[in-house]
Amino acid sequence: MSALLDVDHVGMTYVAGGLLARRVVRAVDNVSLRLEAGKPEILAVIGESGSGKTTLARMILNLAKPTDGAIRFLGNDVTRIHGGRARMDFMRQVQPIFQNPFEAFNPLKRLDRYLFMSARRFANARGGEIEARADKALHQVGLSLAEVKGRFPHEMSGGQLQRIAIARALISSPSLIVADEPVSMVDASLRMSIVNLFKSLRDELKVSIVYITHDLATAYYISDRVLIMQRGRAVESGVARDVLANPQHCYSRLLRESVLSPDDAGKSFMLANATPAHRSQEDAKSGSET
Amino acid sequence: MFAILRDLFRYKREFRVGAILTMFIAVFASLSFVSPYPPQDQFVVQPDLPPSWAYWFGTTSRGQDVFWQLSFAIRNTMLFGLAVAILSRIISIAIGMWSGYMGGFVDRVLMSINDTFIVIPLFPLLVLFYFVMRDKMSWPLLALAMALLGWAYDARLIRSLALSLKMREFTQQSVFSGMRTSEIVLQEHLPYVLPIVFYTTMNNMNWSVGLEVTLSVLGFTNIDTPTIGVMIYWANQHTALVAGIWWWIFFPVLFVVILFIGLFLLAISMNEYIDPRSRLARMGGMHG
Amino acid sequence: MSAAPALQANVASERALTVSNLRAYYQTKYFGISREVRAVDGVSLVIDRDEIYGLAGESSCGKTTLVKTIVRAIRPPLNVIDGSVSFRFAGCEHDIYTLGEAELTGLRWKHLSYILQGSMNVLNPVRRVRESFIDFAYRHIKRPMPEFLRFVENHLARLRLDPAVLDNFPHELSGGMRQRVTIALASVCRPDFIVADEPTTALDVVVQKDVLGLLREVQREIRSSMILVTHDIGVHANVTDRLGVMYAGRLVEEGRTVEVIRSSRHPYTAHLVSSLPRIGDATQKKGLEGSPPNLAAPPPGCRFHPRCPLAMDVCRKEHPPMVVVAAEHRVACWATAPP
Repeated sequence: MSALLDVDHVGMTYVAGGLLARRVVRAVDNVSLRLEAGKPEILAVIGESGSGKTTLARMILNLAKPTDGAIRFLGNDVTRIHGGRARMDFMRQVQPIFQNPFEAFNPLKRLDRYLFMSARRFANARGGEIEARADKALHQVGLSLAEVKGRFPHEMSGGQLQRIAIARALISSPSLIVADEPVSMVDASLRMSIVNLFKSLRDELKVSIVYITHDLATAYYISDRVLIMQRGRAVESGVARDVLANPQHCYSRLLRESVLSPDDAGKSFMLANATPAHRSQEDAKSGSET
Repeated sequence: MFAILRDLFRYKREFRVGAILTMFIAVFASLSFVSPYPPQDQFVVQPDLPPSWAYWFGTTSRGQDVFWQLSFAIRNTMLFGLAVAILSRIISIAIGMWSGYMGGFVDRVLMSINDTFIVIPLFPLLVLFYFVMRDKMSWPLLALAMALLGWAYDARLIRSLALSLKMREFTQQSVFSGMRTSEIVLQEHLPYVLPIVFYTTMNNMNWSVGLEVTLSVLGFTNIDTPTIGVMIYWANQHTALVAGIWWWIFFPVLFVVILFIGLFLLAISMNEYIDPRSRLARMGGMHG
Repeated sequence: MSAAPALQANVASERALTVSNLRAYYQTKYFGISREVRAVDGVSLVIDRDEIYGLAGESSCGKTTLVKTIVRAIRPPLNVIDGSVSFRFAGCEHDIYTLGEAELTGLRWKHLSYILQGSMNVLNPVRRVRESFIDFAYRHIKRPMPEFLRFVENHLARLRLDPAVLDNFPHELSGGMRQRVTIALASVCRPDFIVADEPTTALDVVVQKDVLGLLREVQREIRSSMILVTHDIGVHANVTDRLGVMYAGRLVEEGRTVEVIRSSRHPYTAHLVSSLPRIGDATQKKGLEGSPPNLAAPPPGCRFHPRCPLAMDVCRKEHPPMVVVAAEHRVACWATAPP
């Protein structure tokens, strides 16, 4: 029984800097994870900037090639996908959601364009079926084609745009969605409806989701399993509720302690406990997230 | 399209002035079609007459009416500039966008070719071209030569824009929506590239007109067809300034300067309007 | 480290800032299309000495525009239409909009400093950190250069920052480090009032905790007043003394942070606080229907009414006034705080 997604000891090394100051950066170091086919789940990849989580997402989406290890989707090595047809088949199954809903669509073009294009290319829809498909996908995210047709991105809110992006991803009926910080740029009042939407994608549409985030609270709320990354390495993984409620690794614990919760209001201020030791650790002069 | 032009005319002074100046030149150029004298003929009127009511811009030492000569001259110059600009735009957009989007090997090869063209000294090359062609030299040939030499700077400019567009998230969105590369480049990226292209078109026209005038004044083109440069060439041949026939030089120079200024103003005012950011601001999408 | 000293100081403290019915709109006229965005529409608040006042709200609720207007860092097309902003420094009132350029420059940095959004990038990239300190603070601290530099080093040391950072260029420092330097820079002249706009939004969770701790320490040391603007309620819960919640250009609730979070009276605040997921809590959370209004054409009456579960007839017609419901707790809502 092949897995849906098998990330097998994957690593990514690249060389930064010009002629005079070369630096070897190990963005991802020996990371493995596995999603089973037929068992939809939400796997959260948690890390801060520089942890390699976005690089990992890009490799899964076949936007970057790992320098060691392999990524297999339904048994096939993702890096061996060549040619238009194979790539289209892959994209039909694996779709991304990006972080910035305002950048996700071309500001000069209408939104329905992307929906119709996906319907045409991935669902092989023709004529009236194209709009029907788009409408169906929009209904799955709580919108309708009537609201979206003919509109430009700037006419919608961040929450609506992110929903439309999700609808677009759903048109091809993918089995895996890779969402890179999908709610970090969405307003607080709209955030939970998007997060709840991911839950229903897993439960009703049977889609597995790799949910990349730095926010432990939303990860706790919806994920089944969790993978915590630090500087390219996987430091802890397991069942979400267990890992986040009782982290074992010292970095996981540090993350957990640093979360500021509204429930702390009125308690004695804990913030003055930060020591210089913490600072020298995190503030290594590293490059930013790639 | 009309609405855009009407808006621009009403609200932007630079556009108004630029449009009026360019229109003026264009109208003047079209007068050439009703000229009583064929452009090549000489000694059709009394030579060396200063500007007067009979001959508005005076007459030349070759017995031609400066007014009508000028109408041909400015028409040919404008058409020449336009032809070079359009041809070289096609080349620079094609190369710039393809190179920017494909990246890798294609990019490196194209940019090496590009940089070679930037470094080539144009003027000596064109002079050499003239000496090789000599009698077979014609305006279309010169236009083609200049178009093939004048695309390099702008191709790099367009390429850098294409590079930044490739990085933007909506490009990835388009890829994952199943769009082909050609569709992405033409439909998603081109609207962003057009403002730059417009500006460079005006610039290119100014450049080609300037180069044409330079070559013609020095006699390195076909001097039978009247253009601004050719008029000045003949004026120099007849030592017009020394002989006091100032109007033969003054009016061509004046008109080509008006053309330059008109095109420049159009370029900078039009650019602000087509620029995606200001378009967005007008549509009301201010994400502050 | 308890909250008691801050509370006591409040009782006997004086006003540091009075904002009165402030209205600031973006007014643009471009190619014949004129547009008026009511970014700040009638905000009144009061801040005392030695307290941290938090401003919460989502994007485009007007909180950044409000603080920019308060420090007079605005320029057309953003114009102040109505209202006043008045600071109290060194015992006398200063209406910031009636001051001249020279007086304003004298005030800035010495009495009023700000850490604006994205300010990690406010340090001049081609000058060393030391030179930024000289650019900003030297004219206010009238001492010879070597003494000034020693003063700066002491200030950094007191904030537990390595004084060696003065020799670095901004790009050599990480984001968190740059933000700490910016905080040190804003506090070096010991101003009476500091405005911090989203100081930790772009930072990692671990670094954020540290930077916020630094901010609190700074405030405690120089006993200045502070406005902290952020959309993150968790940050407010841990750092601020009082909290004001803004929605669509207006203040909808204000009070002591504990009160506003634990016993929110306005439906928007209540939803905001309850919808936040917390580790250890697996109950279902809901998002709000609809989306924040377009400030160029806001809904009539109470701007929250299209999304409010408690909306009544009067909410659609008239804007609710701010009503005091408990000690220092004000709410603007027809349903939960009728006047």
